[in-house]
Amino acid sequence: MSEHDHDEERGVSRRKVLECMTWAGSGVLWTIAGGVPRSMGLVEAARAAEAPGLSFLQISDSHVGFDKPANPNAIGTLEEAINKINAMDKKPSFMIHTGDITHLSKVAEFDNADKIISQAKLDVHYVPGEHDFLDEEIKLYKDRYGKGTKGAGWYSFDAGGVHFIGLVNVVDLKAGGLGNLGAEQLEWLEDDIKGTSKSTPIVVFAHIPLWTVYPQWGWGTEDGGRALEYLKGFGSVTVLNGHIHQVMQKVEGNVTFHTARSTAFPQPAPGAAPSPGPMKVEDAKLRSMLGVASINFKQGDERLAIIDTPLQA
Amino acid sequence: MTLTNTRGMHRHAARLLVAAALLLPFGGAHAQEVQVMIDNFTFSPQELTVKVGDTVTWTNRDDIPHTVVSAGKFRSKALDTDNTFSFTFASAGDYKYFCSLHPHMTGMIKVE
Repeated sequence: MSEHDHDEERGVSRRKVLECMTWAGSGVLWTIAGGVPRSMGLVEAARAAEAPGLSFLQISDSHVGFDKPANPNAIGTLEEAINKINAMDKKPSFMIHTGDITHLSKVAEFDNADKIISQAKLDVHYVPGEHDFLDEEIKLYKDRYGKGTKGAGWYSFDAGGVHFIGLVNVVDLKAGGLGNLGAEQLEWLEDDIKGTSKSTPIVVFAHIPLWTVYPQWGWGTEDGGRALEYLKGFGSVTVLNGHIHQVMQKVEGNVTFHTARSTAFPQPAPGAAPSPGPMKVEDAKLRSMLGVASINFKQGDERLAIIDTPLQA
Repeated sequence: MTLTNTRGMHRHAARLLVAAALLLPFGGAHAQEVQVMIDNFTFSPQELTVKVGDTVTWTNRDDIPHTVVSAGKFRSKALDTDNTFSFTFASAGDYKYFCSLHPHMTGMIKVE
């Protein structure tokens, strides 16, 4: 880690952001101050994690039911992730799950996922991935997690001074296109944030990245830009996604985009393989490519920090 | 007698019609089974030309489920690894299709 010369005073260049993304070892912590991200040393990171304020967790892409060579025991690694969460010094306030809870939307998969995730004894706010809408009537996800949501399952809530918005961008996808929010959801979003003060930190979470990561693999959202347009006036916007099974971060003005690791299997870096399918790595390496993210927000400091923690360093 | 004869003729005509109906759209012994493979998030061949009456079978060989959807024409369930979906094309035309889970995956069946 020390070979990476992380400047603590100046903003981190794009090149450095990419360097940081390659750590993949112990947790990387980003703080957002005035829209400029800074990486911090681990001591400072630990201090930030202990500070009072809101802290919540993101887990993603648990793909319960997946049993292919890239990870024959996806349910086992989900359990490891939950055990890791239970072992944390400071209990987070709640958890968000950014979709692909199951691999094939089977009842048993939803049951098993719930059995394990509930062991964290935290409230969980879900958004669906495309793998959660595969049952014939598309009702298993909605019956479990759709209560009090609009449309295909979008909603918002407030916690610790932050406004959270859960979006669905995995339905009604168009041939040749990317993820899709749709007119009805965008209209709802515009209306939802009307009463929210511009100084309120916003956290948007959805399955497929809202920013264009790699369109050749469908990694982006067709009308994601329209959603971000509505959020333009806000001082602090954090967009948390899954779907691509790897950590990626981009900062654009006051918007931080971040994707979390999967707890099930890694996927290749954009363009690094013939397809985005599950990537088989050495057994010893697998757990360094799976993990969870914790997000800390300190009231007054107006900053939001994201720590990606692999199952095994 | 007259009545019986007429009935017999009707029956004969009906048989002929059924035979014609069977022959015309399905091309008799010429109907073929054609395969499309799904590998690495790609339909191959991506474009395929078949005859009216031919049956196309898609096989998913990825470790991720895919679907085969042609708006208003056909729609498979989510195909897990090694699952297949077949569709018999009864009329000519261009059938564009895609995977509704990974919409960047597109293909086309031309039916002549």
